[in-house]
Amino acid sequence: MSVVSERLRAAAHSATLITGLAILTFWIVCALFGSAMTPFDPYADNLLSTLASPSTAHWFGTDQLGRDILSRVIMGARDILIVAPLATLLGTVLGTALGLCIGYLRGALDDVVSRVIEAIQALPLIIVALMALAAVGTSNATVVLVIGFVFTPLIARTVRAAVLIERDQDYVAAARLRGDGRLTIMFVEILPNVLPLALVEMTVRLGYAIFFVASLSFLGFGIQPPSADWGIAIAENYSLIGSYWWTVLFDAAATASLVIGVNLVTDGLKSVVDA
Amino acid sequence: MTPQPALKVEHLDVVYRVGRQERRVLSDLSFTIRRGESYGLVGESGCGKSTAAFAAIRYLARNGRVSGGRILVDGRDLMALSAAELRTLRTQSVSMVYQDPGRALNPTIRIGRQMTEVFEVAEGLKGKQAHERAAQMLARVQIPSPERVMANYPHELSGGMQQRVVIAMALSINPALLILDEPTTGLDATVEAEVLDLVSRLRGEFNNSILFISHSLPVIARMCDRVGVLYAGELVEEGPAASVFADPRHPYTVGLLRCVPSYGRRKSHGRLETIPGFLPAPGSITGRCVFVERCGNATERCRSEVPPRIELDGAREGDAGGRSTRCFYPERAPDLPHTAQAPAQALAAVAAVAAASAAPRAAQPLLRVRALSKTYQVAGKPFHAVNNMDFELWAGETLGLVGESGSGKSSLAKLLLGLSIPDPGGRVELGGETLAADTAARTAAQHKALQIVFQNPGSALNRSQTVRRLIGRSLRLVGLSGRARETRLLELAASVRLTARHLEEKPRQLSGGLKQRVGIARAFAGGPALVVCDEPTSALDVSVQSAILNLLVDLQAEQQVSYIFISHDLNVVHYLSDRIAVLYLGRLLEIGPSEAVFSGPHHPYTAALLSANPAAATHANRIRLQGELPSALNLPSGCVFQTRCPRKIGRICEDQEPALLDAGLRHAIRCHIPAAELTRAP
Repeated sequence: MSVVSERLRAAAHSATLITGLAILTFWIVCALFGSAMTPFDPYADNLLSTLASPSTAHWFGTDQLGRDILSRVIMGARDILIVAPLATLLGTVLGTALGLCIGYLRGALDDVVSRVIEAIQALPLIIVALMALAAVGTSNATVVLVIGFVFTPLIARTVRAAVLIERDQDYVAAARLRGDGRLTIMFVEILPNVLPLALVEMTVRLGYAIFFVASLSFLGFGIQPPSADWGIAIAENYSLIGSYWWTVLFDAAATASLVIGVNLVTDGLKSVVDA
Repeated sequence: MTPQPALKVEHLDVVYRVGRQERRVLSDLSFTIRRGESYGLVGESGCGKSTAAFAAIRYLARNGRVSGGRILVDGRDLMALSAAELRTLRTQSVSMVYQDPGRALNPTIRIGRQMTEVFEVAEGLKGKQAHERAAQMLARVQIPSPERVMANYPHELSGGMQQRVVIAMALSINPALLILDEPTTGLDATVEAEVLDLVSRLRGEFNNSILFISHSLPVIARMCDRVGVLYAGELVEEGPAASVFADPRHPYTVGLLRCVPSYGRRKSHGRLETIPGFLPAPGSITGRCVFVERCGNATERCRSEVPPRIELDGAREGDAGGRSTRCFYPERAPDLPHTAQAPAQALAAVAAVAAASAAPRAAQPLLRVRALSKTYQVAGKPFHAVNNMDFELWAGETLGLVGESGSGKSSLAKLLLGLSIPDPGGRVELGGETLAADTAARTAAQHKALQIVFQNPGSALNRSQTVRRLIGRSLRLVGLSGRARETRLLELAASVRLTARHLEEKPRQLSGGLKQRVGIARAFAGGPALVVCDEPTSALDVSVQSAILNLLVDLQAEQQVSYIFISHDLNVVHYLSDRIAVLYLGRLLEIGPSEAVFSGPHHPYTAALLSANPAAATHANRIRLQGELPSALNLPSGCVFQTRCPRKIGRICEDQEPALLDAGLRHAIRCHIPAAELTRAP
């Protein structure tokens, strides 16, 4: 109890964490209540004012179809904030389970799986994900699955390393000596002790996942139009960047700020957990 | 004019900043170490011993601060020194030897380079000269082949060798003050004795002043001229070591001395004394005596006033520096009420088991171990951790396992428990049933019957679970549920003296002693027939140790449980065990009733172990073992002990392994020398 409150007090004093949380909260509010916040309909064309530069009416200007960019940036938070966290969660759950199994059971299974994980890590993940999406077809659901699977080995490796330390602790021997089965030992005894690490790893991965989703969307394999997604907007407009910078800049800045926000939260959490 | 003392600490206060609060860990600490004097600081963990040592070289942790008082090294005020002067002081007049030599040496640099660096920095020597000096220095700490050791990396040396290297480095600068912080705590008994011998001898040679920090009273008593007893950051008693230990004048010192199982004390002699209560949090006690809550002599005055430092005139002839205590009633200290009042019936039960142990019997043993071996493969070579072990254990009996690290004590325990798989051919029988090699293949009844109390309570308890859950999970074995389980849980907790409040706490909120109680409750949840205790008190302070040993004795008397008690502390083993087995390099060298093993005839190795005990009578002319412990990768031919045996008789020891020969009264010794001859001292 006192430990938790001490940690919370430490968290309240961490400037990194506070800044990160502020940025993240802002985008989450946009994702949840975006439709009520936008000054214009983000999907409505207005062919009379295409590619208008930022003005008092359109703070961030308009795009090729005359859509208000501010409204689209606000709405653009929604899909990525659904897809990226879900993908990360999937990867964390699968990765933690896999890491627990290979780390506790060891033996041939661990040897084989660990080599496979190393092999996967040697590949450029974005190419793996592109090929997988090309094969199964792209939708928000398939993007979640593919990124989740791609992240699984990475998280499994981290969790495995922690499990290797835990399995040599005497409390595991004590559990074996009262006849607990392997599953009980893995999921009841060891899991709670590696969970904090898995959660920190999850927030690290969340930053990468956002970047990953944005990249896939940019390449046309991620979130699909008509979503106001930032990656799509950048893809549609990057050829115009020389003359109409506002069509790309604000979406790029939004993506960057979200990644930075998540990373700040990660760093803050780490320092609070380690303290 | 008298020379300046090597170290003079005056009214020192040290605080640590934790979060936003400052906690005072040392208050009003004053002591003086004169030239050539050896001064011991003794106390339990958390008393501030190490903080005092670090303060003396101005090397406190980042959050620590000297908030008052002065430290004078060689007459110079430490706090007034500039960074450069401080560096000069540390390279020229003060050195420190830490507890863990493995961590004091850089693992990636050869010993030779680490040694020569000292001479390069301190004396500006170069190349060959520095190398020669380093080799000389290593020879002076009795390292047999300095050149070979200098080519080694730290991990290639044993713990005792590493500590010698560290001591050599510390003495290289011929410091005016040498600080030894628990220098032998992690070492085996025979190695500890050697290192202590070395320190005494070098002291005669170099005439340094020594600040010796230890939790071990016998070690301090042996090594120091004067001693200061620290409790909760205060020096509660100070004086010449001999008179403080013979006639303590502070209740804490009295309690501490009573806690240690003295040489030759047995459980049949009654319970051990304890110090009730807990060490208060640093800085939490103001306006009264720091020891008041745990003191049997405390009065109203102790609760409302801080006792001043009182000079005592009981100092003996030739003692300089006087004696002092921080107690209002120093004359009452020897009459501190005793804490140990053994129930007569428990004593009777203990005595009955002890008597039965000495007599031959026909009944089936509880545990029978036959041809048990464990061979690991290390880099393709066989490593014999446990080598063809045979022994029995009867119900209600305690078998003490004694041996130095690497002797196979813990490996044997793991084999019995089924945590590691023995070589084919070995057999463990419990209550007449042959146990499966792997614990997973054993039945629930067998799991209940055979349990363990681990050495390190921190690792033994799952840190994510509450005490209730930790004990409760083991109660599932018994098949209880609902109300019955809750009742049994409370019973168990009460039997190890845990209160209901503790049940909702997690291990990190408990002290070491309380954690160990949880571990014991867990082992006893299923009503075991045999509990393996693997060094259960080695991580604990003496006052906590005595409480845990009392608890084990009580539980044994109540439940007729058998123990296999592993420990490196011979006095503790002797106190608790009915029979003792001595292990060396995975071989059983001697086994028999405790009295017989202690009084002899001894195996030559047992004799050396016994005489290494600083509290033992035979310590004065102790038997020194030559050479290093051989590796189990490369076992000596014939008798495993022949390479170091002081009583080796010749070729037969190298060619033939002796059998375990009967020395009478179920006492067996593995030696070519007949038992009758072993009785006579060499």
